[in-house]
Amino acid sequence: MAEILILADHDGESVKKVTFELITLARTLGEPAVVWTGPGAESAQARLAEYGAAKIYVCPGPDFDDYVVAPKAELLAELAASAAPAAVLLPNTAEGREVGGRLAVKTGWGILTDVVGVDQSLSADQVIFGGAINVTSRVRTGTPIIAVRPNAITPEPAEGAAVIEPVSFTPSETARQARVTGKVVAERGARPELTEASIVVSGGRGVGSADNMALIEKLADKLGAAVGASRAVTDAGWYPHQFQVGQTGKTVSPQLYVAIGISGAIQHRAGMQTSKTIMVVNKDPEAPIFELADFGVVGDLFNVVPQLVEEIENRAG
Amino acid sequence: MNIVVCVKQVPDTWSERTLRESDSTLDRDAADAVINELDEYAIEEGLRLAEAHGGEVTILSMGPDRATEAIRKALSMGADKAVHLVDDALAGSDLLGTSAALAAVLGQIGFDLVILGSESTDARTGALPAMLAERLGVPQLSYASKVEVDGSAISIHRLADYGYDTVEATLPAVVSVVEKINEPRYPTFKGIMAAKKKPVQTMSLADAGIDPATVGLANAASEVTGWAKRPPRQAGTIVTDEGDGGAKAAGFLAERKFI
Repeated sequence: MAEILILADHDGESVKKVTFELITLARTLGEPAVVWTGPGAESAQARLAEYGAAKIYVCPGPDFDDYVVAPKAELLAELAASAAPAAVLLPNTAEGREVGGRLAVKTGWGILTDVVGVDQSLSADQVIFGGAINVTSRVRTGTPIIAVRPNAITPEPAEGAAVIEPVSFTPSETARQARVTGKVVAERGARPELTEASIVVSGGRGVGSADNMALIEKLADKLGAAVGASRAVTDAGWYPHQFQVGQTGKTVSPQLYVAIGISGAIQHRAGMQTSKTIMVVNKDPEAPIFELADFGVVGDLFNVVPQLVEEIENRAG
Repeated sequence: MNIVVCVKQVPDTWSERTLRESDSTLDRDAADAVINELDEYAIEEGLRLAEAHGGEVTILSMGPDRATEAIRKALSMGADKAVHLVDDALAGSDLLGTSAALAAVLGQIGFDLVILGSESTDARTGALPAMLAERLGVPQLSYASKVEVDGSAISIHRLADYGYDTVEATLPAVVSVVEKINEPRYPTFKGIMAAKKKPVQTMSLADAGIDPATVGLANAASEVTGWAKRPPRQAGTIVTDEGDGGAKAAGFLAERKFI
């Protein structure tokens, strides 16, 4: 069975959930072979095995985090040439899409982005135009390079050998042109990452101020959720830009999406429409977001949300 | 500094976007066409850098005749001139074809800095800036929320889930921007009038030295094999808050086992 190369998403300590989703998907297509860049492979080995990784290509150096994207694409191109995989899977994150794009240029292989499912013939499903159209597509030149939307696949455990295969690799000068010289981490507490979270609670224009976003955070923390924001909120500077859900921000696909004070303009819907369950709180009964709601409350969020928080506390005992 | 800003004309997000029955490519006639929103931020950043450091801003757009509307808008914001890559053979190009064509033109017209929006509102792949950097062999400075140029040195803030990275490189380079970077200016009446007289050079595949076998729908490395409008979500339960809205919401979450 041919290998399916998977670019692991991790921060050196913990493995991002999307990596397990990609391995789960890869099992249906061939033999999952994870590509691990940088440190941390030994401690991740057991978890990668739990989800069925057959092999882990481990390339601890150079320090991949010191350069923007390019060395990872070079490493993948080398492995793709030697392993002759049936497909290359990446997370549909900013970095995953860029690595995939560079790999496509290097190999001449076709690339599909923001994929939500892949069948055994390597035909891919996508949802485009803000959730308006379902598309099936395929790569017809070379080996498919496929960037898969986080949370689109449900990770399922399965025993894998997860044999570590060390890889030595030296990036070219060209790949080291864009040097990362610093990392600035914004305070976000212990909340899960937006695109990885099973639950996302987002605030919109109706929240009214930066201070009031604390109410959204409070509900999010009760639910173990990530906090998101509509464009109106990030444009107004009420919440940092990287938390924006929508067309020019993140696309999320959680089990539960809670939209608070968000009217549901197409730009926002584009970023959350494939959420499995959607709950809405908005005072305007005509707000288009209610069209997506599995459950909606027409009411003042400043009454509804505190009561919801209190109810969750009560039920938790 | 020779700055080239890549601009794409896209269907307006506010109009109904669909694909064509015949070849499953974007139906450009079905929707109003606008300049890709993030490209306006790219133009603004190009203009600001040219104002601060001197130099020229050239708009580069690949697209059908109609893309001249987007080009004129960019020129009316203050860009100096434009190159329009237009050829029927380009229709339906995928990421590989598009990046190859743009790289060919950029190689021919020359640049110190290429600026793009980080993604388009229609295809939303976000991969093109990286692919251009790869093809041109220059540094990739993508997802920039801040750009600083000092002589031949360039540094950016690259937006990340955790905050941002500072990234440094030497020109020439490819930069892609996010909307946090600036506030695009509106074209003034004077700007709109002046744009009508600014030079727009049209280039065909042959002019740009692009092999027709590398672009267009027939040569795309990926293809759409089927599509359908997504069925609307099943109507949910909507309640009006009568002092118990929060409790009812909690009831729903409990029923679905979220709490």
